[in-house]
Amino acid sequence: MTNDQMTYEMGLALQTKGITKHFPGVLADDHVGFDLREGEIHALLGENGAGKTTLMNIIYGLYQADAGEIFLDGKPVNIRTSKDAIAHGIGMVHQHFMLIPVFTVAENIMLGSETVRGMVLDQHSVATRVRELSHQYGLDVDPDAYVRDLPVGIQQRVEIIKALYRQADILILDEPTAVLTPQEVRELFKVIRSLADQGKSIIFITHKLKEVFAVADRITVMRDGRVVGTTTPAETSEPALASMMVGREVLLRVEKGPASPGEEVLHVENLHVFDDRGAETVRGASFFVRVGEVLGIAGVQGNGQTELVEALTGLRQAHSGQVVMLERDVTGKPPRPIIETGMAHIPEDRRRYGLVLPFPVTDNLVLCTYYLPPFARHGIFDHQAIDENGRQLVHEFDVRTPSPYLPASKLSGGNQQKVIVARELSRPIKLLIANQPTRGLDVGSIEYIHKVIVRMRDAGCGVLLVSAELDEIMALSDRIAVVYKGQIMDTLPADQVTKEQLGLLMAGITTQATEV
Amino acid sequence: MEWRRLGFIALIILILIGVVVMIGGGEIAPSVIVVSMIATTIAVATPLTLGALCGVYCERAGVVNIGIEGMMLASAFFGWFAAIYLNTILGMAPMPSLIMGVVAAILTGGLAGLLHAVLSVTYKVDQIIGGTVINILAIGVTGFLNRQLFFEKGSIFGGQVPHAPGVLPRIRIPLLADIPTVGRIFEQQPIAVSAIVLVLVTHFILFYTRWGLRTRSVGEHPRAADTVGINVARMRYANVIIGGLIAGLGGAYFTLESVPSFEPLMTNGRGFIALAAMIFGNWAPFGAWASALVFGAAQALQINLQFFREQIPSQWAFLQQAYIVGLVPYLLTMLILTGIIGKTTPPAADGVPYEK
Amino acid sequence: MSTSVEKTAPETTFKVLEKLRPATNAVLVPLLAVFTALVIGALVITAVGGDPIAAYKGLFEGAFGSAKALSETTVWATPYIFAGLAVALAFKGGLFNIGAEGQLALGAVAAAWVGYALPDVLGVTLPAVVHIPLAVGAGMLAGAIWGAIPGWLKARMGGHEVINTIMMNYIALNMTSFLLNGPMKDPSPLNVVARTPNIAEGARIPPIFPGFRLHWGFILALVVAGVVWWVLQKTTLGFEIRTAGANPNAGRYAGVNVPRTIVVTMMLSGILAGLAGTIEVTALNYRHELGFSVGYGFDAIAIALLGKTHPLGVVLASLLWGAMRNGATRMQFLTQIPVDVISVIQALILLFVAADAIIRWIYHIRAREERVVLTRGWGG
Repeated sequence: MTNDQMTYEMGLALQTKGITKHFPGVLADDHVGFDLREGEIHALLGENGAGKTTLMNIIYGLYQADAGEIFLDGKPVNIRTSKDAIAHGIGMVHQHFMLIPVFTVAENIMLGSETVRGMVLDQHSVATRVRELSHQYGLDVDPDAYVRDLPVGIQQRVEIIKALYRQADILILDEPTAVLTPQEVRELFKVIRSLADQGKSIIFITHKLKEVFAVADRITVMRDGRVVGTTTPAETSEPALASMMVGREVLLRVEKGPASPGEEVLHVENLHVFDDRGAETVRGASFFVRVGEVLGIAGVQGNGQTELVEALTGLRQAHSGQVVMLERDVTGKPPRPIIETGMAHIPEDRRRYGLVLPFPVTDNLVLCTYYLPPFARHGIFDHQAIDENGRQLVHEFDVRTPSPYLPASKLSGGNQQKVIVARELSRPIKLLIANQPTRGLDVGSIEYIHKVIVRMRDAGCGVLLVSAELDEIMALSDRIAVVYKGQIMDTLPADQVTKEQLGLLMAGITTQATEV
Repeated sequence: MEWRRLGFIALIILILIGVVVMIGGGEIAPSVIVVSMIATTIAVATPLTLGALCGVYCERAGVVNIGIEGMMLASAFFGWFAAIYLNTILGMAPMPSLIMGVVAAILTGGLAGLLHAVLSVTYKVDQIIGGTVINILAIGVTGFLNRQLFFEKGSIFGGQVPHAPGVLPRIRIPLLADIPTVGRIFEQQPIAVSAIVLVLVTHFILFYTRWGLRTRSVGEHPRAADTVGINVARMRYANVIIGGLIAGLGGAYFTLESVPSFEPLMTNGRGFIALAAMIFGNWAPFGAWASALVFGAAQALQINLQFFREQIPSQWAFLQQAYIVGLVPYLLTMLILTGIIGKTTPPAADGVPYEK
Repeated sequence: MSTSVEKTAPETTFKVLEKLRPATNAVLVPLLAVFTALVIGALVITAVGGDPIAAYKGLFEGAFGSAKALSETTVWATPYIFAGLAVALAFKGGLFNIGAEGQLALGAVAAAWVGYALPDVLGVTLPAVVHIPLAVGAGMLAGAIWGAIPGWLKARMGGHEVINTIMMNYIALNMTSFLLNGPMKDPSPLNVVARTPNIAEGARIPPIFPGFRLHWGFILALVVAGVVWWVLQKTTLGFEIRTAGANPNAGRYAGVNVPRTIVVTMMLSGILAGLAGTIEVTALNYRHELGFSVGYGFDAIAIALLGKTHPLGVVLASLLWGAMRNGATRMQFLTQIPVDVISVIQALILLFVAADAIIRWIYHIRAREERVVLTRGWGG
């Protein structure tokens, strides 16, 4: 090793060389080289499926790389399990929290590194230490609270303290802002800055371009399992990063003409809905959607959107209130009559609600209409008609699959979503309810879905778009309603509203804006 | 435990005891009947308690185990076989034979637990199917060996079922057993006593120790446990094997403490009733024990009604039918499972194989 | 809709291949499971001092060695086919019907009662054209009810069908014990066991060939297997059953009435199991005796799994099971190996089919794709 190399490598908290990882059918990481300097905030940017999380899971010991090495402080290390990673001072806050809802904060934090007095768990000393860490890093939590009672933003703090409790020097944060309001995101960034200033080295995974400019010292872009390049906020721009992420010119704005709203297709009046645990998650929501417009419902996940959409689509009984769809009162009706009224629903969890994965694509494409002619008569199927329909739709909606007879499970996330879209849009509809329609998808699929939504709006449909991605809401909506703790805080015209305003509403702070 | 469930348990036990008192109260003093019912209840609840505890260990770690019936059946057989073999062929004295029989039963249970763990954790077989496999295996193997070893002329026992070394003797708990009348409740056989001790021990382990915390984490959110360095597979293996050992002790009850003989299928559904007790007890040791006592009381009712056959008044004649009264535990189980009396929540990851 | 898209040659091939590939895979593992279990069975036989080759020869002879043997094998297989179909259908619907035994028993009781008691109650002798359908119908109704109850409990109250069906088995057992020892007991002075009187001549399903016990019930079983396949694959009801089994959430989303489908599935499953008992009474024994049905329930589970829940597979697996049970008597006669060893072999077959990874590991077969996880604990 030359002197120059040594000096360069000494400031590195972490370095990877040639990390390669195969999963059945896909090369997730391809000779990835990445480095992290001490005390820096390094953003790892890439779209869904780029290989960022896989790389971090390898560093954290959850997966084993097929090839490559990891160096900590210049020395090669062998990380075989999370235990090893923790022992080396690496902590990770996952995108989906690794917290046990029925345990307290203290129990969650001490799990795996428990302090005991004799045989008994020593909750008291853990609580004390947690309070110390809270104070030191500005992450306020109550050690004795049960995690299931905590809001998402607080849960994230618990996750961070969990890592700090184990004396992590390197902190990996995987898509931490997905569940936060804009204000909470700013709070988080302040905390991260503070951690970095106190000597921690931080890797920050995200697919949101704008964030990296707010918080990162350096940015590494990954695409299709490879590192495309490393740069700093000063040396780059949003369009440059976007095209690094996708490998081609990316249209960052949706092409959309003005709306021409017609008659009402959906009218919701004072809807109250309870969740499975008996908590009231929709508290008196009222709104309407007209033909030819997109109403976007903005809000952080967990403010009642799931139960609201379930109530509108017949998957959950509302407690009180009224839902009128295309002049028909559909309150409390099961899904089939609502679908027959002319509604299409792109569900938020495509694998759970939108598709029957073991069934062939052709069957999935008639999932809602299988009992109607030409697919079935008198309860007996006409398989030719179903197959014909399947081939037709796969072609029309450009679903990438070797064969329409393959089980839906074999398709990529984007293509699965296309199957759902193809199915929902291939029957005559007047109302499209799209719930988190682009979650987890690659940029190409996201663009496609956005185009489809605008097309449906212009073709005589009303669209209800529910999304936690504020940029998506702002790009696609004609009017925006913000939901917070089950209530519609306000409904504003999209061209007159700013992200700041929306952020405040999403956090429950009302403004004096007039309702449309 | 929720008041509604606790109230239900207390009510049913009172009713069951009350029926027997009403019927037999003419012949024998009510206080004697009540004590006898309680003592019998504790005794016959033993396999249910142990079966339920087995379920608690397995399911708290996230592994559904419907093979408890088969585990107990197999343990009952092998424990009994070991005791008889040692006593008859090797000439060991009765008490040590019985004790070694218990050990054999426990080990059989542990082995069955190991099999279930291998199927569920390593091979990720659907856990209900795996449990059914264990049940079927147990029935097949015990039926076969029972015939082969005890009824075949060429076998080691010469084609005749030898005289069994008896059953485990009652233990008198000092001081408590000396209380007049009520003292009878505290004269129980060793496995019955062990069951109660295990309830206490399990409660402590599950909720106050590191092992318990980790076990519960693995059953609630195995991925979260994995990310803090806990070996999910190892925890599940350990807990399922421990559960198996406990089920083994439950099996020993049938042939070494209750009656000194083995009948094919003698467990008669009690492994499944134990599961209902576990569910109703919200996967907690004390809750499971209380629920097991309800079923035990139903069985005690059945036993005592047979004893008081003559005293049953004519309008209640249907109670004389063993088959009708025998329905009570099963109907009770179904009633409890409807959740009318109170819904309970299983561990969140119960029954889901963990894939990294 | 625009002009129809031509079916390309590659796509047709895919469609055929997609249906064939699982088929070859599906057959291979069960066959190897049976083979391996027989090997281990041979070890067990050797361990108890017998000659496995002679034993298996006797087994084969007893199952297939003569016309009579074949007839007996199919006789044994018939109730297995019905019960196996019952469990397989339930599996397809995502349900675990361990209650086939109870449904079977009550089906037999109901059919027997109609068979021997109805003419007395009505005061007329019923011609076969009326009596047989009535008896079979009664058996189907009893099975339907006994299956629908746990189905309803699951659909409306979330009660897990595993324990409920097992409890229903014990309840059915108690009920039949009570009935067959009491009100339904054959009052003839020659009878000492718990069984019903013989059913009327008019209620009996005749044998196919005189002199052999092979009866038309076997043909009915094959027909029913075909019907089950057709319903599952070609009808909307079958689609709803399969959807409720594969993904009940998506089913609800798509407008399928999942709770109703659960009840219907369990009811149909109960009917099939009830038929198993019914046919035994009306076509074979011409009466119902206590104790005949023990073990069918678990056998049905093994058969359904061995047959990969496909009606054709169930028929083949049932024939295998029937062959083993039938051949075992000859095996015991010739070699003194007790018939119980068959139980062990069958349990092993089930083990290997359930944990097919073991078979795949032994024989180095590549893993299949989706493994359907049937159940998800008690939460449902």
